[in-house]
Amino acid sequence: MTKILGVDVGGTFTDLFLFDEATGEVRVGKVGSTRGREADGFADGIAALAALPDISAIVHGTTVGTNALLERKGARAGLITTRGFRDVLEMRRRDRRQTWGLTGNFIPVIERDMRAEVTERTLADGTISDAIDPAEIRETAIRLRDAGAEALCIVFLHSYANPANERAALAAARDVWPNPHVAISSDILPEIREFERTSTAALNAVLQPVVGGYLRRLDATIRAGGFTGEFLIVQSNGGVMSVETAGRLPVRTALSGPAAGVIAAAYIATQAGTPDIITGDIGGTSFDVSLVAGGIPALAAQTTLDFGLVVRTPMIEITTIGAGGGSIARVDGAGLLQIGPESAGSVPGPVCYAAGGTRPTVTDANVVLGRINAARPIGGKLTRLDVAAAAAAIDRDVGGPLGLGVMQAAEAILRVANARMAGALRLVSIERGHDPKKFSLMPFGGGGALHAGALIRDVGLARALIPRFPGVTSALGCVIADMRHDRVRTLNASVDTLDPASLRSEMDATAADLGTLLDRAGVAFTARRVEHALDMNYVGQTHTVAVPLPLSPDGSGPLSRASIAAAFAATYAGAYGRLMEGVPIRVLNLRTAVIGARPKIDLLSMAPDRAATIEAARRGTRPIWFGGWTEAAVFDRLALPVDADIAGPAVLEQPDTTILIEPGQHGTVDRFGNLILEAAR
Amino acid sequence: MTLDPVTLAVLKGRLEQIADEMDATLFRAAFNPTIAEAHDACHGIYQAETGATLIQGKSGLPIFVGVMAFGVRAVIEKFTPVDGDIFLFNDPYLGGTHLSDMRLVRPCFRDGKLFCWLASVGHWHDVGGAVPGNYNPAATEYFQEGVLIPPVRLFAAGSIRQDIVDIVLAASRMPGSAFGDLSAHLSALDLGAARIAALLDEYGGPMVAEAFAELTARAAAQLRAEIVKLPDGVWHEEDFLDNDGRTDTPLRIACDVTVSGETLTLDFTRSAAACAGPVNISRATTIASVYVALKHLFPEVAANSGVLDPVQIIIPEGSLLDAQRPSPVGGYTETILRIIDVLFSTFARIRPELATGHAYGTINALSIAGTRDDGRRWVMFSFFGGGHGGNAAGDGLSHGNPPIATAIIPPVEIMEAAYPIRFTQWALRPGSGGAGAHRGGLGAIYEIELLADKAEAFVFAERARFPPRGVLGGGNGALNVVSYEQADGWHTPPLASKIVGVQLARGQRIRLETPGGGGWGNPETRDPGAAERDARLGLA
Repeated sequence: MTKILGVDVGGTFTDLFLFDEATGEVRVGKVGSTRGREADGFADGIAALAALPDISAIVHGTTVGTNALLERKGARAGLITTRGFRDVLEMRRRDRRQTWGLTGNFIPVIERDMRAEVTERTLADGTISDAIDPAEIRETAIRLRDAGAEALCIVFLHSYANPANERAALAAARDVWPNPHVAISSDILPEIREFERTSTAALNAVLQPVVGGYLRRLDATIRAGGFTGEFLIVQSNGGVMSVETAGRLPVRTALSGPAAGVIAAAYIATQAGTPDIITGDIGGTSFDVSLVAGGIPALAAQTTLDFGLVVRTPMIEITTIGAGGGSIARVDGAGLLQIGPESAGSVPGPVCYAAGGTRPTVTDANVVLGRINAARPIGGKLTRLDVAAAAAAIDRDVGGPLGLGVMQAAEAILRVANARMAGALRLVSIERGHDPKKFSLMPFGGGGALHAGALIRDVGLARALIPRFPGVTSALGCVIADMRHDRVRTLNASVDTLDPASLRSEMDATAADLGTLLDRAGVAFTARRVEHALDMNYVGQTHTVAVPLPLSPDGSGPLSRASIAAAFAATYAGAYGRLMEGVPIRVLNLRTAVIGARPKIDLLSMAPDRAATIEAARRGTRPIWFGGWTEAAVFDRLALPVDADIAGPAVLEQPDTTILIEPGQHGTVDRFGNLILEAAR
Repeated sequence: MTLDPVTLAVLKGRLEQIADEMDATLFRAAFNPTIAEAHDACHGIYQAETGATLIQGKSGLPIFVGVMAFGVRAVIEKFTPVDGDIFLFNDPYLGGTHLSDMRLVRPCFRDGKLFCWLASVGHWHDVGGAVPGNYNPAATEYFQEGVLIPPVRLFAAGSIRQDIVDIVLAASRMPGSAFGDLSAHLSALDLGAARIAALLDEYGGPMVAEAFAELTARAAAQLRAEIVKLPDGVWHEEDFLDNDGRTDTPLRIACDVTVSGETLTLDFTRSAAACAGPVNISRATTIASVYVALKHLFPEVAANSGVLDPVQIIIPEGSLLDAQRPSPVGGYTETILRIIDVLFSTFARIRPELATGHAYGTINALSIAGTRDDGRRWVMFSFFGGGHGGNAAGDGLSHGNPPIATAIIPPVEIMEAAYPIRFTQWALRPGSGGAGAHRGGLGAIYEIELLADKAEAFVFAERARFPPRGVLGGGNGALNVVSYEQADGWHTPPLASKIVGVQLARGQRIRLETPGGGGWGNPETRDPGAAERDARLGLA
């Protein structure tokens, strides 16, 4: 019982990472995912790696919730809200899908006939102007239940300022609700802004039966197989939670898998001595980017999964652009080459998959240029890629219109795709005031390592750090993620009149409350940490900056108006370059995180074999196009020894990814087996 | 040197990113919710000699793109800039739109030579004038709409001129908000200038200059390619504004559209003469609204001044589309929305594939102002939404933003926390979308109760007499209904869509029932499942 297993179930593959604490042994696995039957892939994957009774903990990153939302396959849910406001969810923030062109509409996850109003009102200052009538709540809940609602959420105006009406309504609704899927918005997100709070609560409600049911089935499957350890779920904030919490707050799994990847990246980078990284995950349709400074992933307050589907809860900040391997290349009416956001996805996929795709993609360009080995496709579904078909599509859709030869057209596709990805990297670094020269790129996922060389050059990043198993990074993240619980509470107080003592006791009470979630999970922690931050602004502004408070690691320490104001000034000046003397300062929200550190794995256990040699890793050569065909050395990446130094042009192959070392760059293997890619000296 | 198409695509992305980043900086640092929450602001990059729009961000307000070129030109004509200068003004006759929109313009130099201009424009909370929040339906001269600041040098070679700042802040009822917004504009311009400098270091001035020229030429070529696909001919279309806020007489907005080969002529000669009230618009604004309509009809065409190259626009002198000082222009949004509606109707006839029903066609500006119990002054100001038109792709969007803006609405909870009011209703308006195979999106119902002893309310809206129209046989959207409560019950204002300074007492309410969008196609051909759904959800 010394084995920890991380399982990341994505749309195409289920990745597994097994670590044996006793022996230091690591095993990785990859099996196909089956939509709707994720539990089967989960069980099959585990069976191939270890016996369930030998596993002490299984940590799961999941996209089941995200997919259910994107495909509108959430459960039927009901919403009870303040009289006069049942359409908040459908009215959004009065936005539209795109700036230009007035097409596109919106269907909310809870339709209008399932949204009911009751008499009640809380004012902005927390005063209750109309209390709820428990009988009305019960009648309304029964009506929604009888109309087929499997989950119920209750969202009242200004409940962040005073949750009394919501809590009374919750008690009344529970009297008549047949299952545990009842929630109030002040428990999910006690924060001002009714649309964002309603949307988060509604998405949570439609996910409760789906994610709760999925996790129960998984739990039953692994328990039946003899598993007696802890089963934990990764949240969007990069921390893990118990299955019980995940069933109650499934909306917190919105970025579960990607967040686990960032957690792993941060850990690997810190161990490797380069704790400032930008992660880049190139998938089929998107490029996901996150910034990690000093080993700490940046957090965001909310994300939009699709038009109008807003989730507001603290989460790892992941910036997504529509440029991935499957992104389609075309020449627009102005004669400009465009890549994405249209994508061939995994079905039909790129032209080279010969599965019905006809429009050229980024992957097709990589295949035509020899960067992807047509005889050795990743993932094992195909035996060979159709280079000629890919070349013909590129020639027709890009080469012809631009007057370029097919090879030049393929290069152009990569250049524009790389420029778009570089834009995303700049967005999270330069645009937020970080100097790219201090950061390394960490590509993960199957496709990232092909583009890493070009991206570090375009953006001016110091180097790329390619982890030993880039294809299973999210699964590794599951294994090492800490347990973490966040809460945001709206305070809305002026710094001039704020009572530091009462803020201090509010912080302590929140930390204690979140601490009970750690206690209840039944997990051993190596340490506990409490972080408090305040969302602050100048009185009159509506946006805030998140101001970390200078406190002890356990969250204790003195607070004063002066220290709070000084912390704000430092953060604000960093963000906007200028302070506004004399303008009063306000605290909008308190953000508290309680973190239970879990044992870390020793990455040296994954290091290359001491007997490895460069010569034994050599796999001959193959031609790759760099402005002309060049014979590039090919190596088995996992067979390379520590300190190996490979000059470009070269290709390093491994089962889950291909690494390209361009001419003028070289790659060295560090003591963990990571590859460090940088410009040749 | 010739720029290869791939480098051009890369540079285009980099430049747009700079404008977007300036938008984001202003939105986050601004004080007034009309910029910070509603994003009524814009940034762009403009040509050194002419001020023509080179690059427009994707997040800023569409209508500003076109007009800012005129604003930059006004600065070019008046000043000889040096490095470190920043100019400020809100003169609508030079820069278009209205006095609420403060513009800051900054030259970027390269090797001692002017390379391009950056502009930052945003809708300020209050710039003086007769009415808090500056939407004064009864104005007859701009003096009643706000304090006009001509183009002035705010920064001289890097040093701020505090006397200018003092004048600008003194003009506002909300000087704190104005100071905060001013600081935010300056942060955005600082950032833009730094990013441009870095880009020029990387690519060199000549290559970026060539990219500017090439992108403009390509936008023109792109629109020509679209115009060629249209059948040659002449089409006549017109629509009406309810009134000018002074006299209850409809005002015609007419356009005769001629398609000939690859050119398009838009002749507004049959439009109404200049009016006493504030729905006049300057020539710059008229041209910008044509730009916005064309960009919606042909979304793929790049966003720069090249779009207008193949278009000839005829604006009659002395009309309400050619405002001269001191004609009031505060309600410019209503007139440009009507121009866009007229062009949507015309293009639906020229090429039915392009048909989109009218959107709700009014900005629905509401301001409520008073004094709190503790004596502090308050001004609540916001724009309210309505439905978009049905279109080939499906039903129109319910509760969208106006076509001229990407502005979003502030949350109820933020407004209630900031002002002594409460909303008693915030809902979709059933039945307001025009019928159609694809129906129009729904408008909204907003009802607001005053929680202070007294306050004054102003509404500047339209479409209370002439509904948003459907296309290809689709029905019209519902009319706008504005009403307010007094001691003797509910009233509708004599000018239907406009309220000037109605006194509200504690507990009295004001109510907006906004128009839905026009429908698309014959309602009898609507999918029965969609019709059943509308009925079940209470939308139709």
